[in-house]
Amino acid sequence: MQQFDTNPYEFGFYDKAKPFYKSPKGLSEKIVTEISRIKNEPEWMLQKRLAALKLFYAKPLPTWGGNLNTIKFDSMYYYVKPIDNQKRSWNDVPAEIKNTFDKIGIPEAERKFLAGVGAQYDSEVIYHSVSEMLSKKGVIFCDTDTAVQKYPELVKQYFGTIIPAADNKFAALNTAVWSGGSFIYIPPGVHVTLPLQAYFRINAKNMGQFERTLILADEGSYVHYVEGCTAPIYTTDSLHSAVVEILVKKGARVRYTTIQNWSKNVYNLVTKRMFVEEEGVGEWVDGNLGSQLTMKYPSVYLRGRKARGEVLSLAFAGAGQHQDAGGKAIHLAPETSSVITSKSVSKNGGRTSYRGLLKVIKGAKDSKSTVRCDALILDDKSRSDTYPTMDINEERVTIGHEASVSKIGEEQLFYFQSRGISQQAAEVMIVNGFIEPIVRELPMEYAVELNRLIQLEMTGSVG
Amino acid sequence: MNNLIINQLAVKTEDKEILHGVDLEIKKGEIHAIMGPNGAGKTTLVMTLMGHPSYKVTSTDSHILINGEDIINQNPEERAKRGLFVSFQSPIEIQGVSLLAFLRTAYKSLHPNDKIPLSVFKETVKRALLDVSLPENFMSRSVNEGFSGGERKRAEIVQLLVLKPQFAVLDEIDSGLDVDSLKSIAQTVLKSVKEQNIGILVITHYQRILHYLRPDFVHILKNGKIVKSDGMRLVKKIEKEGYATI
Repeated sequence: MQQFDTNPYEFGFYDKAKPFYKSPKGLSEKIVTEISRIKNEPEWMLQKRLAALKLFYAKPLPTWGGNLNTIKFDSMYYYVKPIDNQKRSWNDVPAEIKNTFDKIGIPEAERKFLAGVGAQYDSEVIYHSVSEMLSKKGVIFCDTDTAVQKYPELVKQYFGTIIPAADNKFAALNTAVWSGGSFIYIPPGVHVTLPLQAYFRINAKNMGQFERTLILADEGSYVHYVEGCTAPIYTTDSLHSAVVEILVKKGARVRYTTIQNWSKNVYNLVTKRMFVEEEGVGEWVDGNLGSQLTMKYPSVYLRGRKARGEVLSLAFAGAGQHQDAGGKAIHLAPETSSVITSKSVSKNGGRTSYRGLLKVIKGAKDSKSTVRCDALILDDKSRSDTYPTMDINEERVTIGHEASVSKIGEEQLFYFQSRGISQQAAEVMIVNGFIEPIVRELPMEYAVELNRLIQLEMTGSVG
Repeated sequence: MNNLIINQLAVKTEDKEILHGVDLEIKKGEIHAIMGPNGAGKTTLVMTLMGHPSYKVTSTDSHILINGEDIINQNPEERAKRGLFVSFQSPIEIQGVSLLAFLRTAYKSLHPNDKIPLSVFKETVKRALLDVSLPENFMSRSVNEGFSGGERKRAEIVQLLVLKPQFAVLDEIDSGLDVDSLKSIAQTVLKSVKEQNIGILVITHYQRILHYLRPDFVHILKNGKIVKSDGMRLVKKIEKEGYATI
């Protein structure tokens, strides 16, 4: 615990839970086969993994974004299984592991309030509970490993269809070694009124985490999935490379909310994509605070008439951090609409980049898109860039793009101070105010936690 | 004691000396008005009193005393904590920070020993909004964001009422307000002077608001100096003759 005491990163702790199984360091066909064997997977999944591994080897690292050359793929563990069984109720979860979650501060009230809680501990979901109400409605909410066993037809039909392994090097890596993540199926017309929620953590030295999430929202259904991350501090680099695939069928609506606060040595390289069909609505709310490098651009593929997509991206970069984040909207059908809103804050030498793509194909007539990215830079050491790409092949479209870069002005600080508010408190309020349009979209407990984290980042203390 | 004293205040901004030795004493419960033509140095005086970093005091003989304590070297935050308040002519917008949260933070900082519960504080803000005819929902709106000119002036008065300073400078609160609003705001200010025994300095270009506020003292600021001080009859004189003859 010495590390915890001397480091300001509040959630940087790790407990002494003994992993049940740990794969050897590095990546090979043998290790991938072993992962699949331990999970008792059907042959088709093993074949998907092995094919993806070949793609991973073949694909080059992206040359844009941040510096990825420092990732040591050979010295990482790709699979760690913490305990041997899924536990059905919170009471059955081993005390040491529960202790870890207590430290993250999952409030009691929240557990009661939320319909289901899945907590990913190391590579595997250890606890999962879906309320009876949801089961009765035919909602499936389990970890993806379980889904492979219990719902193989559904998984086989959709796994890797929204984000193929060949999409990029990290999607290939995830497909080869994935473990955990959530599988959700919402039957036609079913509205899940409470947010479904899962917490993810990294908790083994040098271990990559490769969760795989697949959400299928059938016609006219609704679900809000919420995911939050905190991670322990380690001295060597760590990799988080998830894949999130979401299918929003006709008239359905899915919102996916993430607040990620990885410790500052983690590479956070995530591929997130939604296919949105006719009159469907797909929404990403994506907040990135931690990690040394984030590369994440949640995308909406608007595939049916009147499909709507929205990306709200929030990034906070402090010393030694690079947040390369943004969103993509691909208009593939007429009368589709998208909104991308990005807010970034850089401080103390941190760097934020907005990277976005807006694409409208020929024939996607009367489509609308608004892109707005605002950056707040808190000091002269910090940096913010914008890399918007537009590829518009249809004339009958309405496109709006606004970008702003601002600093906290002397006049603003003076106004706060004239009311007796200190400069430091003023800066916290200004930053929280700047990101408020995104924070107000978060569930209450996340909004509170986020404001607390911002305060921690800004002042080194909460209170 | 119980007064705000301005002594030989000389100030420059952007390397140009604007004030050349202003003297003034305001006791608690008194209302003073400063009138003056454009460019007389009215805004410079206001900003200097609150400690705006762009306005530099040029003389070591310059002093600003609140209840006997010289605040001339204090930053705005410290001055506010000594009980000084300014209602700004063009208050800025603060995106995403509600008026209630802003006032709550300010109040806690200004009155650290007053452990007023949030629910009671909210009532105070609500009443202050009512006093200046602003709807209750303004407390949950971002400070000054999307407010009209008149609404901003009223919101500044709301802050005055809630934050309970000892001395308040009201800079051009009359611009952007119609006659009825002006009258009701003046009444609100008068009430708070009585109830809280605040000392008020009103800075204005026009005479209108002074008819409602009835200041105890009227001063004319011209070319960076106070050239004349008297009572309300000075206002009438200016109405007739303008500043030229003074």
